[in-house]
Amino acid sequence: MRLAILASLLPVAAYAQPDPADWDAVLDEARGQTVYWHAWGGSTTTNDFIAWAGERIDEEYGVTLEHVKLTDTADAVTRVLTERQAGEDEDGAVDLIWINGANFASMKEEGLLFGPFAFDLPNWQYVDVNGKTVTTDFTVPTEGYEAPWAMAQVVFMHDTADLAEPLGSMEAILDWATSNPGRFTYPQPPDFLGTTFLKQALIDLSEDPSVLAVPVMESDYDAVTAPLWAFLDELTPHLWREGRAYPQTGPRQLQLMNDDEIDLAISFSPGEASTAIANFELPETVRTFVLDKGTIGNASFVAIPYNSGSKAGAMVLANFLMSPEAQLRAQDPEILGYGTVLDMAALSEEDRSAFDSLALGIATLSPAELGQVQDEPHPSWATALADDWQERYGTR
Amino acid sequence: MHRSVWGILPGALPLLTLMVMLGPVLLGLWWTLAPALGLLSEGLSLGPLRAALAWPGLREASLLSVTTGIGSTVIALAITALILAGWSGTRAFAVLQRLLSPLLALPHAAAAFGLAFLIAPSGWIARSLSPGVTGWDRPPDLLILQDPWGLTLIAGLVTKEVPFLLLMALAALPQTAPGRSRNVATALGYGRVTGFLKTVFPRLYVQIRLPVYVTLAYAMSTVDVAIILGPNTPPTLSVQIVRWMSDPDIGTRDLAAVAALLQLALVIAAILAWRLAERGVAFLGRRWIESGRRGSAEGAGRVAGYALGALSALALVAGIAGLAVWSVAGLWSFPSALPDGLTWRSWQRHGPPGLEAMGTTLAIAAIATAVALVLAIGCLETEERRGVRPSRAMWLLYLPLLVPQTAFLPGVQIGLLSAGLDTGFGPVVVAHLVFVLPYVFLSLAGPYRAWDARYSTVAATLGAASGRVLWRVRLPMLTRACLTAVAVGMAVSVGQYLPTLLAGGGRVATLTTEAVALASGGDRRAIGVWAILQTGAAFLPFALALGLPALLFRNRRGMQDG
Repeated sequence: MRLAILASLLPVAAYAQPDPADWDAVLDEARGQTVYWHAWGGSTTTNDFIAWAGERIDEEYGVTLEHVKLTDTADAVTRVLTERQAGEDEDGAVDLIWINGANFASMKEEGLLFGPFAFDLPNWQYVDVNGKTVTTDFTVPTEGYEAPWAMAQVVFMHDTADLAEPLGSMEAILDWATSNPGRFTYPQPPDFLGTTFLKQALIDLSEDPSVLAVPVMESDYDAVTAPLWAFLDELTPHLWREGRAYPQTGPRQLQLMNDDEIDLAISFSPGEASTAIANFELPETVRTFVLDKGTIGNASFVAIPYNSGSKAGAMVLANFLMSPEAQLRAQDPEILGYGTVLDMAALSEEDRSAFDSLALGIATLSPAELGQVQDEPHPSWATALADDWQERYGTR
Repeated sequence: MHRSVWGILPGALPLLTLMVMLGPVLLGLWWTLAPALGLLSEGLSLGPLRAALAWPGLREASLLSVTTGIGSTVIALAITALILAGWSGTRAFAVLQRLLSPLLALPHAAAAFGLAFLIAPSGWIARSLSPGVTGWDRPPDLLILQDPWGLTLIAGLVTKEVPFLLLMALAALPQTAPGRSRNVATALGYGRVTGFLKTVFPRLYVQIRLPVYVTLAYAMSTVDVAIILGPNTPPTLSVQIVRWMSDPDIGTRDLAAVAALLQLALVIAAILAWRLAERGVAFLGRRWIESGRRGSAEGAGRVAGYALGALSALALVAGIAGLAVWSVAGLWSFPSALPDGLTWRSWQRHGPPGLEAMGTTLAIAAIATAVALVLAIGCLETEERRGVRPSRAMWLLYLPLLVPQTAFLPGVQIGLLSAGLDTGFGPVVVAHLVFVLPYVFLSLAGPYRAWDARYSTVAATLGAASGRVLWRVRLPMLTRACLTAVAVGMAVSVGQYLPTLLAGGGRVATLTTEAVALASGGDRRAIGVWAILQTGAAFLPFALALGLPALLFRNRRGMQDG
């Protein structure tokens, strides 16, 4: 009889999910868990930050963090997909993914994510829901399936030794590149940052960027993108290596800049240049600028796969990443220089003044200087532009 | 006792070996391709195949894979042959050998990064000549790296292939008794190079034929080297496959699987073409040998061989030295030949996790290699005892090296998961074994089979049972070959990226997984630290393979040939 009851309970127990609304229970369950956080491992500063977060959640909550260093976020997506194909639904290898944009849209659509959980995390109360795009990811509503942990905005890094003045528009960039051939390039699409450059150029060149908020299928793609291809046709011969080779990733641009091969590069992190200068990865003459009409901004998120075996621990980590302590450290230009997702008005006096007293870093623009944040286009644009780019410029 | 071991496992080892090697490949291929072609669900669908064929860069990407693969293999083989012909047995050769062998241990990605830094327009060579000699105060806009013809890629592959082929050739060389041939050829008035090419090389080539094919297949399907040094508009086919695999659009996985099949077909076609070319070369070579010409370009051949070998070794060494300097560099900008300041910061950052990863890396390598060695010796010994000729089935052993990894590893991952094998250390060792075993077998089989069986006959006449012959005569005489096999096996294991990542679920961090992840960011300081640790991990076995025989056989003159 007892056995039968136990047996009847088992399947329920096996599929019991931690409830983020009952935070104490989550903390209890999380203690002793190991969270495998799959995050891009190409940046030393980010890796150090993640290692620090691991030490802190171990001290505070008894949760062990293992950073699985990816070369590409899609590897983690593939892993979860493969596990579902193989029927591994309860204890997959991935507990938390650093994710956004197309990868998120894809995982959410495939039902590969756990949640919603983000809005129930205790530190959500500090998040700047109205001022920052933390509830949509490339126009796709997050619906609580991912938690934000850093804000990003496109800036351009320029070496003032060779390019003294900011360039206010894509047309100005084209003019400058034409008179300074070989001194500008961008990461090769479909690299995330390279595709961002295409989107940024399209928005800046468009009369009405609002058409990009709807999926490509529902828009007049050829007409909308025509200015972009005209721009690139003109720009490409003046690029670094005449556009016959491209840097493969964003950080590779830093190296080219440090080697004095280029003078202008795109970045998705306003603080990246300052941090790189502090790490000897860029010359001290580098500064940043944004375009007059503004630049694209978005948030970096973390999401939990549906088959994570340590969901409670993963939520504890996601919550910690949104804490004033972690956000303050991430914003420090000596450490990471990532923008915070928090609302200063929601913080305690003490935390607020700690944020206020953070030095911005030598090459970082103030929030006011960063100006207008433009919305990301619908994720289908990234895919379409990257594919089209590869046909036009990537296979010659 | 030894005898009983063989009694228990009559012929089981070759079968087991084949299963270890083939099972994962065939099942992996099936599990990768079947879903892509819709064979598991709605029936055959050719959509992904059509999409792959419609990709505008397909022709050029395939052509690049073929030209860089064949080009680099031909050049590497030629250099290897010239070095051996002109210098084997000399003191200068010993120097070059000491220089080249550890370079085999150098991970491909690290070697490529080092080379890239060396020859880029803003690289070390340009820096040391600027602005003084060149007049450049900023780097010229020259397309050296990633040139559209893949020349830099070929050069990068050659530098890594020469040490491999040379080591394989050296392991096989004693069995061809080059000393005696040389004496005879010299007595007949042949020069050193011509004599070697006419008498020793034909026999040597037969023994290293498989390593040559493996080199060809590797060069055609390499991903990491091609990303760093190869062209990207379009890239080689293998790089494009990996790009498709990591596309956020899940549908392109099918495209990648189908393209991997194309890649496999290309590799097979290239090997068949090579095989045909062998016939042609053999025909011409025989006429050349029979012509009795004593050769004219002796000196030039010798110098060219040594110069090219030394150049490729120096390029690798200088590249690594560059990375080593980067690992302690503060700000270092063009055109400074050396950093403006030095700092230990990179070592403090990466050193401790690096040592931890090194422990894991060596443990995996040691276990996988030990198992591989036992299986390889077991197969060869069984083959020997049954008196069978090297069976054609043994060809299958090389399948894991000839099939592009991207074609079957995703399927292996599905297989492991379906079998409920948890991800972690064990599956990683097994996955490594799949790649380590062929290399171990490859480097051991030639010398093992070429071992003069008359020793065995003599031992048997003296009353030794076959087990005793194996342990007391054969293996001791083949110590050098065994140690070389171990060193190669461990280097292969240390260098594995995709198998470690996929079988370990990302949870087993080795030097290579960490280094490749960091390499994606291109931070030369971090790459410097990890590349040096990685080289250290793979270097140790090579030092042993070179040093031990010299120590063991210091009083055995006949064992020192080669």
